[in-house]
Amino acid sequence: MNGTGLDVFWTNLKQVPTSFRDSLVRQGAPTSDRARAQAVFSNVFLHLHSTRSHVRTLRFSTTLAMGMATLSFFLILVVTGVLLMVYYKPSVDLAYESMKDIHFVVPTGRVIRNVHRWAAHLMVITVFLHMARVFYTGSYRKPREFNWLMGMGLFVLTLALSFTGYLLPWDQLAYWAVTIGANIAGSPAELTDALGITGWFDPGGFQKRLLLGASEVGEEALIRFYLLHVMVLPLFVLALLAVHFWRIRKDGGLGRPGGTPTVAGKGAAAIDADAAGAGAASASPGEVDVAHTPSEAGAKTFGLMAVIRDRTPATNLDPEDTVPSWPYLLRAELFIFMACVLLSLLLGVFFDAPLKEAANPSIPENPAKAPWYFLGLQEMVSYSAFMGGLVIPAIVVLGLALIPYLDREPGEAGTYFDNATGRRVAWRSLLFGAVAAILTVAIPVNFGWLRSWFPGVPQLVIIFINPGTLLTAAYALWSIHVLRREGSTRMAAIALFTCFLIGFVILSYVGSELRGPNWDFYWSKSQWPVH
Amino acid sequence: MPARLEPEPVSRRDLLGLSGLWMTAAAVVGSMLGALKLPMPRVLPEAGARFRIGSPGDFVPGTEQVIKDRNIVVRCTEQGVAAVSLVCTHLGCIATRSPDGFHCPCHGSKFGDRGEVIGGPAPRGLRWLQVSRAADGSLVVDLKREVKPDTWYAV
Repeated sequence: MNGTGLDVFWTNLKQVPTSFRDSLVRQGAPTSDRARAQAVFSNVFLHLHSTRSHVRTLRFSTTLAMGMATLSFFLILVVTGVLLMVYYKPSVDLAYESMKDIHFVVPTGRVIRNVHRWAAHLMVITVFLHMARVFYTGSYRKPREFNWLMGMGLFVLTLALSFTGYLLPWDQLAYWAVTIGANIAGSPAELTDALGITGWFDPGGFQKRLLLGASEVGEEALIRFYLLHVMVLPLFVLALLAVHFWRIRKDGGLGRPGGTPTVAGKGAAAIDADAAGAGAASASPGEVDVAHTPSEAGAKTFGLMAVIRDRTPATNLDPEDTVPSWPYLLRAELFIFMACVLLSLLLGVFFDAPLKEAANPSIPENPAKAPWYFLGLQEMVSYSAFMGGLVIPAIVVLGLALIPYLDREPGEAGTYFDNATGRRVAWRSLLFGAVAAILTVAIPVNFGWLRSWFPGVPQLVIIFINPGTLLTAAYALWSIHVLRREGSTRMAAIALFTCFLIGFVILSYVGSELRGPNWDFYWSKSQWPVH
Repeated sequence: MPARLEPEPVSRRDLLGLSGLWMTAAAVVGSMLGALKLPMPRVLPEAGARFRIGSPGDFVPGTEQVIKDRNIVVRCTEQGVAAVSLVCTHLGCIATRSPDGFHCPCHGSKFGDRGEVIGGPAPRGLRWLQVSRAADGSLVVDLKREVKPDTWYAV
């Protein structure tokens, strides 16, 4: 019968809103804790959270909110970046004009561009602080070593994104900063030249040509940087972010003293250490001693011990310290996100991103400065391009990446500086690192360097003995000193990381504020010579 | 017969599966490496390195002139004409004339009157470039050909 078919159709049509909602949210309205928990674990985006969060996770002091702030700035950058792409034209003739258009003509263009610039600066800051927080709380320890590596990858990608974005306005600042950057990529020639082998082995020239697609910064370089900035690097960031967040869950959430035991092994090393200390049969760290545990479990009637590695069953202990992620965690995240939006919007409305004159390949900016977070490098580059621009950064990144593999001391994550010794080491390293960094700047500024004393000194000597390499060596020696004195790789790591952090801050400050025309030293910008 | 019962290091099934897996991996990596040759330019898109700078009569001994488009300084003495690149050998900024030579604004490299390094981070002196004469008699500079310092082209 016709009527039945039509009736069904009409009923279905009328129920489309309801049945669509049911298909979208299967567990019904989120009116109870249970429904909200189901919503969290059945939604692809929300399921990055566990359904319940530990109260400690929600405390500001645990994370300083830096990870979430970094993600917030990244999201802001994606949205504003896509909007800017509507008008931006990656071509030497049009790029600068389209920047002017965005600034003066496009509706909201000025604010969107400013917000993009400010969020980029802020993201670099929060990445640094996030890394410092994770380091000082020991949160890179087993089982979180691999996630520390993912974080290092994201750190490098963040810097690469901001460097590639720097060229796009095609103004004087952009052109010369990238010329310098590309020549740093080509600086292995400094070493190969000194050894006289550039003719047949030229990694520097290869890198530079690959980056620029030419021997000078021009159209090819602009389109390459654009491609990296809007496509390649963001895709890598998204991939690493997914792994980074996933591993937070899989590694047992945020580290905390007495944290939740997980199969992945919260403080597995600590348990093993205890077992070894008690003279019990000790499994090597990381190996689940399946054969051993059931018999013990049987004797003590702790069935759970076979599955969850810890000294005591977690029954009824931990859940009382947790709260539903919806609403508590989601609310905190939204709050941080809104704070980040507000901050970058306020900065964007009141402070314009710089745009200098259009790029001129004949007249460098004086001084030609990279973005502030590269000025520490530029300070070292002003002694030797190859060491300061490539070798030392590579050593720093490699050293940071290896931290969780070189410091494998058992310990719990979540306590800043671990203990009183850690705090003492950090303070002393801060002092040592600061004095060494200031001397690194002060000695060459006041007395010159090798070439001022011995005019005929070979380039090879300067490459290896310059203030930048000596500073790096001093930091390494200090760390070794702490290692011998305290007998602890964790303390040595704290020493090295603190030195690196304060050295970075001081050199960046000198590069940003105290260097003027010809990279000469000035106490204040008001002393710069007038041209 | 006992030989057949000994456990094989890799079972036949595993061998086939593993070789398939490794061949797939080799194919993917190989083709990716091949494709990655694309970004490496075979021809560099840039203006010719050889260009005319004028006729010999344009250059009076004891003078010098900067050619801004090409970032070189052409100097003329009794010995002849020479072209010196103004591109700093440190990180590629453009050096400018100072009373006692050249200095680079970016990281403070200082060069003497002949382009030799006298201070700062530059690993080597400014490049002297080959000067020659075209068929029509005008002088030609080649940016790609470096000559020893103090090489003067007699005119």
